[in-house]
Amino acid sequence: MTDSKYFTTTKKGEIFELKSELNNDKKEKKKEAVKKVIASMTVGKDVSALFPDVVNCMQTDNLELKKLVYLYLMNYAKSQPDMAIMAVNTFVKDCEDPNPLIRALAVRTMGCIRVDKITEYLCEPLRKCLKDEDPYVRKTAAVCVAKLYDINSSMVEDQGFLDQLKDLLSDSNPMVVANAVAALSEINESSSSGSPLVEMTPQTVNKLLTALNECTEWGQVFILDSLANYSPRDEREAQSTCERITPRLAHANAAVVLSAVKVLMKFMEMLPSDSEFVTSLTKKLAPPLVTLLSSEPEVQYVALRNINLIVQKRPDILKHEMKVFFVKYNDPIYVKLEKLDIMIRLASQANVAQVLSELKEYATEVDVDFVRKAVRAIGRCAIKVEQSAERCVSTLLDLIQTKVNYVVQEAIVVIKDIFRKYPNKYESIISTLCENLDTLDEPEARASMIWIIGEYAERIDNADELLESFLEGFADENSQVQLQLLTAIVKLFLKRPSDTQELVQQVLSLATQDSDNPDLRDRGFIYWRLLSTDPAAAKEVVLAEKPLISEETDLLEPTLLDELICHISSLASVYHKPPSAFVEGRSGIRKSLPASARAGSEGVESTESQAAPAVIPAQDSLIGDLLSMDIGGPTVAPVAAAPAAPFGSAAMDLLGGGLDTLLGETSSSPAPPSALPASSAALLGDIFGAPAASATYVAPKTTWLPAEKGKGLDISGSFVRRNGQLFMDLTFSNKAMQPMLGFAIQFNKNSFGITPASPLQVQSPLPPGVAADASLPLATTGPVQKMEPLTTLQVAVKNNVDVMYFACQIPMHALFVEDGQMDKRVFLATWKEIPAQNEVQYTITNVMHSADSNFTDTVVSRMQQNNVFTIAKRNVEGQDMLYQSLKLTNGIWVLNELKIQPGNPNITLSLKSRTPNVAEGVFQAYDNILHG
Amino acid sequence: MEKHWKSVISRSVCDYFFDHQRKASSPEDIPPVIATPHHYLISVYRSSMFFVAVCTTEVAPLFVVEFLHRVVDTFEDYFSECTESIIKEHYVVVYELLDEMLDNGFPLATESNILKELIKPPNILRTIANTVTGKSNVSSTLPSGQLSNIPWRRTGVKYTNNEAYFDMIEEVDAIIDKSGSTVCAEIQGYIDCCIKLSGMPDLSLSFVNPRLFDDVSFHPCVRFKRWESERVLSFIPPDGNFRLMSYHIGSQSIVAIPVYVRHSLCLRESGSGGRLDITLGPKQTLGRTIENVVLEIPMPKSVLNCGLVTNQGKYTFDPVSKLLVWEVGRIDVTKLPNIRGTISLQSGSPPVEANPSINVKFTINQLAVSGLKVNRLDMYGEKYKPFKGVKYITKAGKFQVRM
Repeated sequence: MTDSKYFTTTKKGEIFELKSELNNDKKEKKKEAVKKVIASMTVGKDVSALFPDVVNCMQTDNLELKKLVYLYLMNYAKSQPDMAIMAVNTFVKDCEDPNPLIRALAVRTMGCIRVDKITEYLCEPLRKCLKDEDPYVRKTAAVCVAKLYDINSSMVEDQGFLDQLKDLLSDSNPMVVANAVAALSEINESSSSGSPLVEMTPQTVNKLLTALNECTEWGQVFILDSLANYSPRDEREAQSTCERITPRLAHANAAVVLSAVKVLMKFMEMLPSDSEFVTSLTKKLAPPLVTLLSSEPEVQYVALRNINLIVQKRPDILKHEMKVFFVKYNDPIYVKLEKLDIMIRLASQANVAQVLSELKEYATEVDVDFVRKAVRAIGRCAIKVEQSAERCVSTLLDLIQTKVNYVVQEAIVVIKDIFRKYPNKYESIISTLCENLDTLDEPEARASMIWIIGEYAERIDNADELLESFLEGFADENSQVQLQLLTAIVKLFLKRPSDTQELVQQVLSLATQDSDNPDLRDRGFIYWRLLSTDPAAAKEVVLAEKPLISEETDLLEPTLLDELICHISSLASVYHKPPSAFVEGRSGIRKSLPASARAGSEGVESTESQAAPAVIPAQDSLIGDLLSMDIGGPTVAPVAAAPAAPFGSAAMDLLGGGLDTLLGETSSSPAPPSALPASSAALLGDIFGAPAASATYVAPKTTWLPAEKGKGLDISGSFVRRNGQLFMDLTFSNKAMQPMLGFAIQFNKNSFGITPASPLQVQSPLPPGVAADASLPLATTGPVQKMEPLTTLQVAVKNNVDVMYFACQIPMHALFVEDGQMDKRVFLATWKEIPAQNEVQYTITNVMHSADSNFTDTVVSRMQQNNVFTIAKRNVEGQDMLYQSLKLTNGIWVLNELKIQPGNPNITLSLKSRTPNVAEGVFQAYDNILHG
Repeated sequence: MEKHWKSVISRSVCDYFFDHQRKASSPEDIPPVIATPHHYLISVYRSSMFFVAVCTTEVAPLFVVEFLHRVVDTFEDYFSECTESIIKEHYVVVYELLDEMLDNGFPLATESNILKELIKPPNILRTIANTVTGKSNVSSTLPSGQLSNIPWRRTGVKYTNNEAYFDMIEEVDAIIDKSGSTVCAEIQGYIDCCIKLSGMPDLSLSFVNPRLFDDVSFHPCVRFKRWESERVLSFIPPDGNFRLMSYHIGSQSIVAIPVYVRHSLCLRESGSGGRLDITLGPKQTLGRTIENVVLEIPMPKSVLNCGLVTNQGKYTFDPVSKLLVWEVGRIDVTKLPNIRGTISLQSGSPPVEANPSINVKFTINQLAVSGLKVNRLDMYGEKYKPFKGVKYITKAGKFQVRM
């Protein structure tokens, strides 16, 4: 007596018969009847009419009968919601049964009944079961929460089941923990808000890691998968987590292994790639991956798809394992194709000989798809490993000699690619290719062959004949071939115009008049017009140097690859598509790899010392842009841009030259943008509402040469910068008794190479008692000699009386040039490059208006007027930090950090420069400007 | 037969699977993961049956694949084989098992000893007893092992004869090329145990040369820390048959090839004939005999028949599947097995494009080809003295010789 008998009763009136049996008093009969009902149900028959009768059997002590009835209920409750309510009482009662098995069973089944009305009754029993003394019941209840969430998410949240579930994460029993994790991750995934409902903390992670060692293999998968979503806080945590996960790699269950690989691959990103730990981890990752390849073909397939990703991300892991990817002839085809793909990815100079001989072997196999792919792989090998190209070509030629049609065609397609990668290297084989012209019947192969003929038309004697033969059936060709043929004939004509005119006429008329393919027609017309108007230009266009094809055109895009690495072991990794691309109703939470340690430490440093990195993504690392998101520093636009916005083009030029030329071209603004830079400071002054004259700080004139020393000539002066030009403003007062004339001025060699740019123009003769102003433009191209102090300038003034000598100090700010705005990136890099001992700190005391709320902005604009440019601004703990750069006339860059505390009249200034001795001068300049 | 754990999915999803099945040339070639517009079909192919899981959301396919294999394992364990008729015959048990193994997409209990406590495997005696007493094969108590820290072992096991047997099985996977040189060779090793010990024995197994292992995967019962530090397998074994460990000795180390095949196949002789000549011989066997040797050669399609003579064993050729099988038996060193003769080809057929491979099967008893040796087995925790036994077998795995 076996169960198969239940399937055989397919008489008429069967339902009626079952009904009477179900209502039989004898337990045995009842059970038999329920079994029959279930049998009908499993083969898809509708037995829902029996619902009330089956439910009646529910109140029984017999566990098997109870299970069967529960099975039935799960299937049909949805179609009979009103009847299902009848069962609720029994459920509630069963939830308090002394036997934990029955309690668990009841809770489980109730969760599976997807009827809204029932869920209301479910809450109380579920709450009890979550706190049940028996772990078996608790773990079943945990899963039930996930089921309930699927039916009615708001109820789960309202009733506080989520919190209870979170509590289960710290349950003493590892199985309960595992199920709680599974339930929580399912809830997280389906949560409508898209944000995880439960944040992982280091404490929970620790608990999970402990549970990991003790729970079942399936639980381990759930725990590992949820660990993969956690981002460790720092390198140390990542490393210790990795250490605790590594033993999972030796698990017999492939799913556990692959999930562990996922977590490790992800966390490895955080560790410095040259560390010993990563090296040893890389070694440990290879064996488990290889082991996966000796399990069932289905496992192999999934593993291979994942290995494909891993190899692209970290080729080192499997670089010595080429042989395990060699194809066995009885592998299923889907495994063969994947192995081939990975072989190519692993091909390198070291192993290429081996790979090629394998590929050649595969090219003689029976399966057409596989053979094609193998031939194609040989071509990819040639393109990837340059040293092997020669051997690949000869292998391909051997294959062409086999005359197996599809092999030849495929070989020609890849040879075309090889030609594109290594032009003018392997033309000797063209004659062999041409021999096989007649056998080509696939469009791609034909098109490739035609391309080769066109490209090397000058070396193929009968190229015109060959192409002509193709032309005969032009109308029947695939459009790919038609396009290729058109181009090839035009190439031929340009190379051998004398005898191919007829041919080109023919093809052009075929393409333009007889074809209804718009692409073909357009291309035909373009060629025609080119050829008829300017054959030289046509030559340049058609025969232009072509870019070489790259070896890795088939690689995944790095960002996609990184995302997929986060999805190792999932369906996404099998399809090589992000989950958002194929999973329905998935809110787009994109997973991303954690930032690498280097980028990470940069981030830490930046929060302490400087703002710049917060807004400057480190370009050198792929994931750099994550960094800026993590820190969330204020975005700092180029400082003047925002206020200057009304003056569109003026603002633009701060944003960079590229943009403003664009703007100049597109906008109708008459002002040529290129004229702006020189006056931008003045313009900005206007914008800030300050009178332009006072914008730049000008130190009051000081007396440089008192009359008693100057034989009656009193000279006072100052340095000033106007429109990007340094001037020395001088006042000559004649305090002597006779007029003075014949003024001339000369500078001694000085630190900044300052010399007069033009002769001194002073009122001459200068009558006694009269003062005259003179403005002397200065150049900074003179001979340089370091002075002490740095800003000292020794001047000699000559007049008809005598030659007078004096020394004056050049205020540093006059030497700040207009193009002192550093790029943010450069600023960051430079700041880091300059050693710390070059940093000098000053305090600027008693700065005016410091109580002003927008004092910082005032500082920014004021400094800007003096060619000190603010690169970034941020607020740290109530302090405003300004990062500024300036450049001196002699090209020395100075990087400054200003710390401004609201209400505190003192400002802290830190300077960094490669030549620290300018610091004092710069500080003086700041001091003057801010006090002025 | 279908079973739903979440919402009910219509049977029609299977049509996608059947489409793929029609397209594939052989059942093995159906891709294991198939995407349909709303669902993902993940299938495994075991004992000529497909087991298809339908998933609605992003899951780990390996998880599903592993689970499906586990389901089949369990069926095989329960019913000793897994065929369509067997499953039909025991569908109630199957249903109960599935119910016990998976809940809402989460695997529940997959360890066979736990399942066996929940649902008793059917046997004739019990079926009769059940019909007489009206009892069922569903246990009404919670299995003890389910929640313990060692879920693989139940408590209160008792045997009169306490035995522990270890089978060290090594399979040689190799590809040998035309000239007889090894393209790649690796060893896939397993330690299968049959342990019938009372109580809670704690075993430790040590090897003479544990350095051979660099790639291992263990049954969950093995204490990994101990292995890492001392290279000793320390574990509380499950009851009965189980695979303790599998290992892989890969391409890094040199693998001994125990057998060589000298062959010549010529299919392009004048007329419509070809010649075949194969000789087998032992290579590195450490003096053991190679037994149960079988050669399988899938011949090209154009081969009509073979007229071969063997000096040992029998050969068969199936003209439909074109499979030539030569059952050699044991290899006698003094008289090497040979098969030779003519092959008749379809006249006028194009030249044979592909060279076949020879699939070689063999076993060598009392030899672990890697040189692995068990040092000793110790038992702690129980007082009795168990009977211990270790057996070594080397087999051909995927051992292929290209012609």
